[in-house]
Amino acid sequence: MASPVTAQVAAETVRDLRAASAGRDFAVYLSRKLATAIVSFAALLVVGFILFSLIPSNPVAALTRGRPTTAKQLAFLTKQLGLNLPVWERFAHFVGNTVTGNLGYSWQFQEPVATLIAQRVWPTLLLVGSATIVSVVIGMWLGIRSGWRPGTLLDRVATGTSITFWSMPTFWLGIMLLVLFASGFGPIPAIFPAGGMSTPGAPGGLTPDHILDVLRHLVLPCLTLVLVTFGQYQMVMRSSVVDELGSPYLLTARAKGLRDAEVERRHAVPNALLPSVTVIFLQIGLVISGVVTVETVYSWPGLGYLAYQALQIPDLPLLEGTFLVFSASVIFFNLVADVLYRFLDPRVRRQ
Amino acid sequence: MTTLSQAATATAPPRLQALRRFARAFLGRPTAVAGLAILVAVAALALAAPLFIHANDLDVIGATGRPMAPPSAHYPLGTDYAGRSILTLLIWGTRPSLAIGVIATALTVVLGTLIGLAAGHFGGAPSRVLMAFTDWFIALPTLVLAICLAAVLGQSDVSITIAIAVTSWPGTARLIRAQTLAVEARPFIERAKALGAGHVQLVFRQVLPNVAPLVLVSSTLTVAGAILTETTLAFLGLGNPTEVSWGAMINQALNSGAVTANAWWYVVPPGIAILIVVLGFVMVGRATEDILNPRMRARS
Repeated sequence: MASPVTAQVAAETVRDLRAASAGRDFAVYLSRKLATAIVSFAALLVVGFILFSLIPSNPVAALTRGRPTTAKQLAFLTKQLGLNLPVWERFAHFVGNTVTGNLGYSWQFQEPVATLIAQRVWPTLLLVGSATIVSVVIGMWLGIRSGWRPGTLLDRVATGTSITFWSMPTFWLGIMLLVLFASGFGPIPAIFPAGGMSTPGAPGGLTPDHILDVLRHLVLPCLTLVLVTFGQYQMVMRSSVVDELGSPYLLTARAKGLRDAEVERRHAVPNALLPSVTVIFLQIGLVISGVVTVETVYSWPGLGYLAYQALQIPDLPLLEGTFLVFSASVIFFNLVADVLYRFLDPRVRRQ
Repeated sequence: MTTLSQAATATAPPRLQALRRFARAFLGRPTAVAGLAILVAVAALALAAPLFIHANDLDVIGATGRPMAPPSAHYPLGTDYAGRSILTLLIWGTRPSLAIGVIATALTVVLGTLIGLAAGHFGGAPSRVLMAFTDWFIALPTLVLAICLAAVLGQSDVSITIAIAVTSWPGTARLIRAQTLAVEARPFIERAKALGAGHVQLVFRQVLPNVAPLVLVSSTLTVAGAILTETTLAFLGLGNPTEVSWGAMINQALNSGAVTANAWWYVVPPGIAILIVVLGFVMVGRATEDILNPRMRARS
């Protein structure tokens, strides 16, 4: 017969063992997810190479377009760009360069693509970050309200609004907001600036004036992005709340005498939140699609506007750089979503 | 008389009966009927446009109106930067949007169905590889990929169509794979296998007819997405530069300063047109989905 002390020790050992194995499990899980991300990135490199190195028939002709060039100059350019090498060797070069951050030289800005991208990352992060936060808060709140009582007026209005905004071209919505609030329409004065990130000529730096100026420029692009994306969060949140509605634990909570609002807030919502949180990170691809057009309409000096500027030439190295950065960030956020899910959902953690 | 017609309905082939049931349910939904009415009207307008719009109405050089004039009796929706009637351009713009949307969707459906059928039918390692590839593709930022593809292929309708098809098949593939798995679990597949049916016979004669209705439903919603992508690519300047399209109209409006000039008649109509057509496809698609698969709709 075991004494209480030994029983306690045994229990603690078991708990420690469990914790250790959970830790090891997590390491296995994390390395598996990391491996998936690396394979995804490798696939991305293959697609990038096919898209920008194999499909364009003659980059030399595109580079020298309209300018008189001798056969010798053409041969030199072909050699300089490495186009005379076998395909696998060109691919090896491409992978080596990309991994070390050498994304080539922009044709129109005459600057390394990596430098250009580094300058444009922060404005995009500011826009995407602020829009995602507002959009998630509004979308989730609406989703919870409409999912808790499906079929009510609020549910129908919220779902209808989401579908209408989804059916609207993002760039047009942006232009409509420009017409309404930036150039002044009828009784509405021009409240917000029409484009850019700050008033030209104004001093920069971290002064309150400058911050306020940037915020004023941020309002319209951010609003456009929020209107286009909040519907996705609303629909995801709504369907996960609807999924929880028939659950027995809600009946138990009601039987205990909790008020309806409390059942919703303390029992249904936390459970429904889990799948939605990961979806926020998985929606990043949609947000990026929106960013390209929104930044174009508002001349917001970010990565999306850079991609648009690259399109006009077309400046293929620059376009390729923005493509790789956008797609790699999607792979990164998918990884974050996987890891976060593991932390948030105790059921997955225990498996 | 009634007994006769009842007997006729009862002896009608089961697929025809199902079609009739579907038509009744469809016509019973106001949004479905409204969506269908929009689509029929827009399609008729697109087909009839060459009858009353001539090439010189669309010509930038031969335009007769004052540039960017507000709506008047002669130009009900005003004029664009070159003095062409916005209404004429708007009607003509239905043609590229519908044509590219529908053709790109047809390509998407063929591609997605083939990949989905293969992944669902063969199973094992090939299926896992195909699905991993599909999932990887779904995660990519679609618009960015479509932009790059269209830019690399050069400005034309064909490259826009290819860019849309190449970027939008994964959704269809996933759906078809799930349905193929469900259909292949049913007893008549086992019967066909016992009778010696090969892979081609099984997939195209047994599975495909049962998956087809779902393909149709998903394609209605795919057209909506394809038209949105088409207008976005045209707006970014990737379409055929000489063609009149809604996306290109909005691009020209922005570039010719219509926004600062408050020329709302230039900017508002193309966007409303896109919205109406896309909503038409969405309304029909959602209603059809609702009828064929009520459980799915209640949850999502």
